[in-house]
Amino acid sequence: MIIKKWLTTFGRYLLLMGRTFSRPERMRMFLKQYVKEMAQLGVNSIGIVLLISFFIGAVICIQMKLNIESPWMPRWVAGYTTREIMLLEFSSSIMCLILAGKVGSNIASEIGTMRVTQQIDALEIMGVNSASYLILPKIMGMITLMPFLVIFSSAMGIVGAYATSYIGHIMPPDDLTVGLQHDFRAWFMWMSIIKSIFFAFIISSVPAFFGYTVEGGSVNVGKASTDAVVCSSVLILFSDVFLTQLLS
Amino acid sequence: MIEVKHLYKSFEDKDVLKDISTTFEDGKTNLIIGQSGSGKTVLMKNLVGLLEPTKGQILYDGRDFVQMSKYEKVMMRREMGMIFQSAALFDSMTVLENVMFPLDMFSSMTFRERVHRAQECLERVNLEGADEKYPGEISGGMQKRVAIARAIALNPKYLFCDEPNSGLDPKTSLVIDELLQSITREFNMTTIINTHDMNSVMGIGENIIFIYEGNKEWQGVSSQIMGSDNQRLTDFIFASDLLKNMRQLVIQSGLQK
Repeated sequence: MIIKKWLTTFGRYLLLMGRTFSRPERMRMFLKQYVKEMAQLGVNSIGIVLLISFFIGAVICIQMKLNIESPWMPRWVAGYTTREIMLLEFSSSIMCLILAGKVGSNIASEIGTMRVTQQIDALEIMGVNSASYLILPKIMGMITLMPFLVIFSSAMGIVGAYATSYIGHIMPPDDLTVGLQHDFRAWFMWMSIIKSIFFAFIISSVPAFFGYTVEGGSVNVGKASTDAVVCSSVLILFSDVFLTQLLS
Repeated sequence: MIEVKHLYKSFEDKDVLKDISTTFEDGKTNLIIGQSGSGKTVLMKNLVGLLEPTKGQILYDGRDFVQMSKYEKVMMRREMGMIFQSAALFDSMTVLENVMFPLDMFSSMTFRERVHRAQECLERVNLEGADEKYPGEISGGMQKRVAIARAIALNPKYLFCDEPNSGLDPKTSLVIDELLQSITREFNMTTIINTHDMNSVMGIGENIIFIYEGNKEWQGVSSQIMGSDNQRLTDFIFASDLLKNMRQLVIQSGLQK
């Protein structure tokens, strides 16, 4: 029974995506919305991304230095592990999990409220493809800006690591630099960006689906918003497993 | 002109509309009245295509809306305007942007022409100087007027209003009613109003359809209501004791003359 319910929901999601990915009626209006969504969903998230990355970078570095390093290990271990953790998992997957909370609830509640106050019906009556008009700019905006967020996050994580050595004097900065440069593979950066693009699609389209299919009132909007965050988080974790396996 | 022929609508096993046949005429304010739950909103949603009828025909000047393809329906909808019960203004946009929205989307006018046309529509509904306000900042009556302005921006042939007076005081209701009627006459539109406001029924009821439990119970004009002997209609319209007494008096004085 529950499998049937899941499959039905998945089918409805695919149908909505089918309607979403159609040519916008007016390119001018699409571009206007696209820029607006990039600003609202992407640029406004830069602050929180930088803040979290800075502290996580610093904390990972401290943990590695104090708990992992021992006299018989090379001095670059702390820097090396910090870089790998930031690049491989934190900047893409964990960052997207955090953004799923921020961006996902925003999208689901905005579209959900438009649904219950009949604004989506009003769009439909005018002959506008409401799915495409509302959802496509969000997905495209998120996909466009996500790689930048990932790069900012990685960079800020490294700044955080340096802060522990310059300000906290946990270790000499030279050791950290050697570690950060040790056996660097540029592919890991690309892998992180490719994964984040998939996650960007999940955290914009899944909450949009939950918001778009709300029926009822404010209680249902709240529920849709929670469901959206939970569902997109779970999907990010699942797809992370597959993407990591595929890409490495 | 919109003709409805033998329209049925059921939800799972519940029949909401049963064999509705009627005509909505050009240049007149057509009213759909009935109790809550009688099916008038369902009828309206069927007319505009937000719901699919179970069977029957809806003819817009002879074009069958039910049989149309998805694309034809979308094109058809550009000839329609609708005013929702909650006004349904886009709350991320200012009043002017709301009215400009259909123009932005579908017209090939330049920016200046679009602004001009939107301001013209706002003037038509007597709403000036609120251009830069957001829907959350203006009163309910003003929101309704903005919704009317948005609905008429593209010169629609068919105008649908779902309970335009709900939540408004009697005086503002009158203003909205008069506005709807004068716009209808001016542009010779087919206006369909879903209402349970008796002031509107008496004031602008040029073609009234009374729905009772999913059936069309009665059709006529407002002047016929007083003298109607349809028990369900009179029970519905003259629900309170005050109105019942008033009706008796009117009928008696009419007989004496």
